[in-house]
Amino acid sequence: MLDDTSDGYITTDGRRIGGVLMEMRNITLRFGGVVAIKDISFDIREGEIRAIIGPNGAGKSSMLNVISGFYHPQEGEVLFEGKPRPPMKPYQVARQGIARTFQNIALFNGMSVLDNVMTGRLTKMNAGLLAQGLWYGKAEREETENRIKAERVIDFLEIQHIRKTPVGRLPYGLKKRVELARALVAEPRLLLLDEPMAGMNVEEKEDMSRFILDVNDEFGTTIALIEHDMGVVMDLSDRVVVMDYGKKIGDGPPDEVRANQDVIDAYLGVAHD
Amino acid sequence: MASDVPPPGACQSVPALLTRNATEYADRPAYREKEFGIWQSWTWAQAADDVRDQGLGLMTLGVAEGDHVAIIGRNRPQLYMAIVAIQSTGAVPVPLYNDANAEELAYVLEHCGARFVIAGDQEQVDKVAEIRDRLPELERVIYLDARGLRKYDHGALHALSDLMEKGRAAEALHGPELDRRTAALDYDRKCVMLYTSGTTGKPKGVVLSNRNIIETSRASSEFDHLDCREDVLAYLPMAWVGDFIFSIGQAYWTGFCVNCPESAETMMTDLREIGPTYYFAPPRVFESQLTNVMIRMEDASPAKRHLFEKAMAHARKVGPDILDGKPVSAADRMAYRMYDLLIYGPLKNTLGLSRVRVGYTAGEAIGPEIFDFYRSLGINLKQLYGQTEASVFITQQPDAEVRSDTVGVPSPGVELKIGESGEVYYRSPGTFVEYYKNAESTASTKDPEGWVATGDAGFVEEGTGHLRIIDRAKDVGKMASGALFAPKYVENKLKFYPNILEAVVFGSGRDHCCAFVNIDLTAVANWAERNNVAYGSYQELSQHPEVLRTVGAHVAEVNESIACDEMLSGCQIHRFLVLHKELDADDGELTRTRKVRRRIIEEKFADLIAGLYDGAEQITTETEVTYEDGRKGAIRATLNLQDAVTFPSGGRMAAE
Repeated sequence: MLDDTSDGYITTDGRRIGGVLMEMRNITLRFGGVVAIKDISFDIREGEIRAIIGPNGAGKSSMLNVISGFYHPQEGEVLFEGKPRPPMKPYQVARQGIARTFQNIALFNGMSVLDNVMTGRLTKMNAGLLAQGLWYGKAEREETENRIKAERVIDFLEIQHIRKTPVGRLPYGLKKRVELARALVAEPRLLLLDEPMAGMNVEEKEDMSRFILDVNDEFGTTIALIEHDMGVVMDLSDRVVVMDYGKKIGDGPPDEVRANQDVIDAYLGVAHD
Repeated sequence: MASDVPPPGACQSVPALLTRNATEYADRPAYREKEFGIWQSWTWAQAADDVRDQGLGLMTLGVAEGDHVAIIGRNRPQLYMAIVAIQSTGAVPVPLYNDANAEELAYVLEHCGARFVIAGDQEQVDKVAEIRDRLPELERVIYLDARGLRKYDHGALHALSDLMEKGRAAEALHGPELDRRTAALDYDRKCVMLYTSGTTGKPKGVVLSNRNIIETSRASSEFDHLDCREDVLAYLPMAWVGDFIFSIGQAYWTGFCVNCPESAETMMTDLREIGPTYYFAPPRVFESQLTNVMIRMEDASPAKRHLFEKAMAHARKVGPDILDGKPVSAADRMAYRMYDLLIYGPLKNTLGLSRVRVGYTAGEAIGPEIFDFYRSLGINLKQLYGQTEASVFITQQPDAEVRSDTVGVPSPGVELKIGESGEVYYRSPGTFVEYYKNAESTASTKDPEGWVATGDAGFVEEGTGHLRIIDRAKDVGKMASGALFAPKYVENKLKFYPNILEAVVFGSGRDHCCAFVNIDLTAVANWAERNNVAYGSYQELSQHPEVLRTVGAHVAEVNESIACDEMLSGCQIHRFLVLHKELDADDGELTRTRKVRRRIIEEKFADLIAGLYDGAEQITTETEVTYEDGRKGAIRATLNLQDAVTFPSGGRMAAE
C-alpha cells in the first residue's frame, strides 16, 4: 500500500495523505556517553496520524523532543517542509506551526480553562505591551479574534461546562483535554501528543481517541503521537515507527508492524545468547 | 365545547402564528442559544425567514403533505424551527427522545414510517445509520451539526445549512406551493405526533391536532397571564409533550423567547444567565438543585450555616403565606424582607430562579418538603397535572391556591369526573385525536363521548374543588391485611432526603412493605469525601456500613411519619436494601422521563425481593446492564439486606 517515492498515499479508510511535511534524517542524540537515539530516519506526511511506539526507555520522548526542537541532535538533520531546520528555540518552533502536549500535563493550575486555552494563541499576538495593558485598538481586536478561535476549540472538544473552572480543580482526563485544546488553538500544522492516553480509563481513552480522529478529520492537522497502549495506537494511526534501545526496528502501517518479528521480540522479550 | 371553534381569521396553525409574530413582534427575540460562549439570538422576523428556508429546502427533497418527519437532537433553535418548517409544508413533525438507543429508535421510526429524519449531530446520524436497513421508508437524513460528518457518504445525507440555501434558491419554484400548503392548515389537521414514554409496553404515537395545541396554549397562557416578555429555558426533551407546549405552543401563541442551553452540562450556568420568568421542571430537577444547596451548606462555616438555618426556618414559617397574600404580621414581614436581602435573594440568584414569575412542576408527585422549600423562598412554584393525551393540561393550581398535596383545579375548558374505581377521567379541547395505527388502544382510552381515562386514582376535594392524585390506579393496591398500599406516597417521602435519589417500595398483597433505595451519588460522595471514607466504585459506596446506617435512619424517620397517618400506616417499610446500581432508562428500569417502571424492576430483581421477604441478610446477585452505546454487560454484587425500625399506628414510640 505504501509507496515512498510517490507524493502521498490513500489510507485504508479512504483519507488522502499528502507529501512529506517533516523528515528526520539519520538522527543521533547523545546525553554524555548515553546514546538515546541512534541513526534514526523517518518522515511524517501531511494529514496523517503517525505514531511512535516502543518499550520504556526506547527513546520515544527524546525523539518527540527532537521534533519539537527542544533537543538538538548531534548528528543528522531535521527537514521541515523540505528545508533543513537550523537549531531553534522552542518558541520559534511553535511559530513554525508545531504544537504539543506533555506526558505529565503542563498547564497553569491557577488559571481558568479559558485562560489556559488562550495562552495557546500567545504566539499570534503582536500588539504592544501598552496596547495590551489598556486593551485598546489592535490589542482588543486581537483578543476578540483569539477568543473566537478559543471558543471554537472549546466547543469542539466539548469543554464548555468547565470554561471558567480553574484547571487545578479538574480531574485528570479533563486536564488532558484542556491541554489538547491549548495545543489545538495555536492552529498547528503538526500536533505532537506525548502519551495522550497515559493514566486514563477505558472510557476516557475512547473519548480521547475520538477527539484525535476528529481533529485530524476536521482541521486536517498532521498528528505525531507517542503512546504506550498498543490497542489505541493500532486503531488510531496510519503509520507506526517502532523504537527499541534508541534504534528504529520497524516502520509501516499498523498491520505490517504488528506482524514484524523484531517488534514482537521487543515487546514480549526474547532470549539473548 | 364551543370554545374550540376558532373565530374567523384566527390563526389555526403554528406556522400561521409565526407569520403573525413576525409582523407583531418582528424585532423581539424568538430564540436564543448560547454558542461559543455567547448568547446568539433570532428575532421573530429572522425565525420566520429561517423557517421558510427550511420549509423550501424540505420541498426540494420532495416532502409531501401528511408525511412524517422525525426530529432527534437536543434542544436547539434550528430544530424548533425545523418543527415549524415541517408543519408549514403540510407534513407532521415527530420529535424523538435524543437519548433513545438505536433499538427504541428503530421501533418508532418504523412505526411512524418517517421519510425524513432531521438529526442534531453525528451521534444521532450514527444511530439512524445503524438501523437504516430496517427502515425501508426512510429516504434522507438531514443533520444540523456537521462535526465529524464531513467524510460521510452524502448520497442521502444533507447538512441543514446546505438544504436551507438550496431552499432559498428554489423560492420561485416551490414558494407558491409552500404558501398553498401552509394556508391549507386548519384546526383539524395534525399538528404533531408525540410518542409516549410508556411505563408499560411499546411507546404509542399520540396524534395531536392544531386544535389541541392551539386551544390548550391559548387557555393556559391566559390562565397564567403569560405575555411576550417571558423567557423560558428549553432543556427538557423535545419529544416530551410539555416541551412542545411550552417551547412551541405557548411560545408561538404569546410570542415569548425560548432560550436553549449550550450543552446539557452547562444547563445550570445557562439557567443562571438567562433567569427565566416562566420555568418548568420535573420534581427531579428541583430535588437535585435542593440537594446541591444542602451539600454546599454542609461545607459552609458554622456561622453561615447557622444564619442559613435560621433564615430557612423563618421562610418556612411565613414564606408561603406571603406568596399567597395571606395576612402576616408586620414584624415577620420585616424579618422576611431582611432575610430576603441576605439569604433568599442570593440563593434564588444562584439557583437561577430570581426572575421566575410562574414555575411549574409536574410529571411526578413532588415531595411536600421540597415544594415548600421553593415556595418559602418566594418562588411561585405550582403544580399541574397532565399527560400527553391531554396536550399536557388537565388540572393546574391558580395563584394563591397552591398546596403541595393537590394538583389544582381543572384547567380552563377541561371537564373532570371520577370513575367508580376512583380513576380520574377528563374531557377537553386538548384531548388527543388518536393513537397512530392503534385504533384498539384509542378506543380503550377514549370513549365515544370523548372522556379519557388517565390511569391515575384520585379524588376531588370537597370545598376547594382541587384534585388530589393518590397514585397510579394500577399501583394502588391492598396489602394482605386489607390495608391501603400506596407505594408512591412512601417513595416520595424517602426521596426528599438528599442522600436518596430513587426508591421503589413493594408490598401489594404482602404482609408488610419492603423497599429498594438508590443513593444519590452527588450527596453521598460528598459525605464520603468529608469523612475520609474511601470507595472504589458506586457499588462499594452503596454497601458501605455507614451509608446503610444513614439510609436506615432515613427509613425509620419516614416510618415514623407514615405511622401518624391512620390510613397508610400499613405502608411502613420493614426491610430495605440499597441497590448496587442506579436505576437507568437504558436498562428499561425507568422511562425516558425517569419514572419508575415497577413491573420491570420487580421482574429483574425478583431474587432481591424474595430475599427481603424471606429474611436473608446477604444476597449475591448478577444484573445485566446496558451501556450508552447499546452494548450489554453484567455486574455482580453482594448486597446487605437491612431491617428497619417501625412504629405502631398513630403512636410515636419506637417498636422493633
